[in-house]
Amino acid sequence: MLLIKHGRIVDPGQNRDDYADILIHQGTIVQLAPRIDPGTITGVAGGKSSDLQVVDASGTIVAPGFIDMHTHLREPGYETKETIASGCRAAAAGGFTAVACMPNTNPVNDNKVVTTYIRCRAQQEGCVRVYPIGAITRGLQGESLSDIGSLKAAGVVALSDDGEPVMNSDLMRRALEYVKHFDLLVISHCEDKTLSAEGVMHEGLVSTRLGLPGIPSAAEDVMVARDVILAEMTGSRLHVAHVSTAGAVDIIRRAKMRGVHVSAEATPHHFTLTDEAVTSFDTNTKVNPPLRSSADREAVRQALLDGTIDCIATDHAPHGTGDKDLEYGRAANGIAGLETAVALTLSGLVHEAGMSINRAVTLLSTNPARLLGVAGGTLQQGAAADITILDLERESIVNPARFRSLSCNTPFGGRKLVGGPVMTIVDGTIVWEDHERAT
Amino acid sequence: MTLNTHHILGLEHLASQDISLILDTAQEIKRLSPCAFAREAPLRGKTVINLFYEPSTRTRMSFELAGKTLGAEVLNFTTASSSIVKGETIKDTVLTLQALAPDFIVVRHSAAGVGSLLAPHVSASIINAGDGGHEHPTQALLDLLTIRENRGAIAGLRVAIIGDITHSRVARSNIWGLTKLGADVRVAGPATMVPSHIEKLGVSVFLNVEDAIADADVVMCLRIQLERQNKHLLPSLQEYARFFGINEARITHAGKTVMIMHPGPLNRGVEMSTPVADGPQSFILTQVSNGLAVRMALFYLLAGKGVPDAAH
Repeated sequence: MLLIKHGRIVDPGQNRDDYADILIHQGTIVQLAPRIDPGTITGVAGGKSSDLQVVDASGTIVAPGFIDMHTHLREPGYETKETIASGCRAAAAGGFTAVACMPNTNPVNDNKVVTTYIRCRAQQEGCVRVYPIGAITRGLQGESLSDIGSLKAAGVVALSDDGEPVMNSDLMRRALEYVKHFDLLVISHCEDKTLSAEGVMHEGLVSTRLGLPGIPSAAEDVMVARDVILAEMTGSRLHVAHVSTAGAVDIIRRAKMRGVHVSAEATPHHFTLTDEAVTSFDTNTKVNPPLRSSADREAVRQALLDGTIDCIATDHAPHGTGDKDLEYGRAANGIAGLETAVALTLSGLVHEAGMSINRAVTLLSTNPARLLGVAGGTLQQGAAADITILDLERESIVNPARFRSLSCNTPFGGRKLVGGPVMTIVDGTIVWEDHERAT
Repeated sequence: MTLNTHHILGLEHLASQDISLILDTAQEIKRLSPCAFAREAPLRGKTVINLFYEPSTRTRMSFELAGKTLGAEVLNFTTASSSIVKGETIKDTVLTLQALAPDFIVVRHSAAGVGSLLAPHVSASIINAGDGGHEHPTQALLDLLTIRENRGAIAGLRVAIIGDITHSRVARSNIWGLTKLGADVRVAGPATMVPSHIEKLGVSVFLNVEDAIADADVVMCLRIQLERQNKHLLPSLQEYARFFGINEARITHAGKTVMIMHPGPLNRGVEMSTPVADGPQSFILTQVSNGLAVRMALFYLLAGKGVPDAAH
């Protein structure tokens, strides 16, 4: 039994922001009340008070566990970059109680065997919940549909060809139609490959200065527009991954006003950095979609505040130095984001941009749980005991050498952040705790 | 006076005093006879490695001759004889070369920013001999020397750069150098080859070549890369020549004493017509000889030597 006392409960799903105690038993929240006395517990939970572990959450925020709906765990196939075990440890240390992992593994998660393998490995070695996402198309080739029904039966929570767009519009249309029967979310990596072509960074003043081939914002905007039109045509649910442009924000905002079933996510690197970061030619800034202009960053921040964008997702994309210590054009795309995402959100959005903590929790927990249809996302009595505890004032300096991830490709090394996770609880068990925090 | 930099990666981050010092030094070197250097061999005992990942004749030969004239050992490392075919990364190659303790590494590579990638790993001075579409500082320096020699100064001159601005490292380095020294820089070319926001680098953008070169002191043509023809940028070279090429009729829009320049190699009949290329206003061959002087000046200054004394 676990009793969390004196915390500020922030649970947007219940519209709650007050001080209360939480009692957890056998992985479930059994009581949420203004004051729970350890002495009175036996009768309530049916357990023995000698098993009771008490967490003093004074001065912290107790939130439903954060869910990252966009992670690359790299296993099977690329275990030198990350494994399910190491990725889960990184997630826990970053304040996430669950991650949804993208299917671009080797072999690709386009069949029930791979899905089952990932779920088994997660059960054996993962300290947080792992939700596999299946491929929309076989082998991520964009040519024919995966066995979507079998993937669903094996346990995928959504579909995506992330890393690659489904360039064929008819195939995307059929995917959106076919998933209706299985009620799966389609997550789209929106990029018109004929426009992004050989680009390696955002096309703008900085690419002009550096002479690096650019990826125009239109490469994303065109595809978001297409997918919104197809979602509207089919009536299916569309989720736009890693929104990076002002144009995409505008298209999504207008689609939502029309009642299209579209949702969207943004990453911490897109709401924090701009293409100016590429000036150093540091390949840790190389990511797809690329870091955009400051106007794009402002549009993404505004969309996170006003509800146009529904979730914050990390797009955690671990790569070893062998994949990054190269010419800018040849270096791999991606940022290892699990261990910085929550702190960047609190620092950049809550402290700097004035976002309410309620909104931040909505973006990191309530909405991802609702969109994926998974456990958590709430602290209601009877819910799974997945909890993230935050300290809004905790100061930290990003130190990639200490990442739990097997990779440390981050452009945030050395950055000072204010606010961050201090404890992660999954299924009633403390899976990570910040032992360095001054108490 | 000495340079305030250990590497020459580009003109964007080179101070205008440093640019002027390099030009002054090159000017002095031109005044001296090559025999003076043969006697003194100011770079005796120094090693230059030419690390060329892209084909180059004139730039590599110019660096080689510059190093040898000053008495340095010059080693050439080109893709044909390199181990990159064996899958070695450029960082590993440079660490290997660093173990030979060279004093200079001259690098040309198709990747922008390759100098920034390598600089932290070596003690040698890195001289960028062209990195992708980023910079080609020695080309711009020789262009600046050619202009200054002819006009006396750069400030106040009207310079038009014509052609594929987007993919040109020569254009970028010249834009930085010319604007730092006070020239009025104009660019023109097919709209598919003029990058967005280029005006924010301090240049004016023109749709018509005629307008760009009106009353210009210098017209600098850029090479149209034939190998880029599959990239939807141009219908044909004939169209380019007709609407953007510098020919005898079009050049009349420029000043009567206009300097015509081209970094080479020249596609005759495309970027400029043969009469213009071979005409009295053409400085193409002067550019090549000035390239040698500029590269000697860079070796000289980076080796910690002051301006050579003409009295010797």
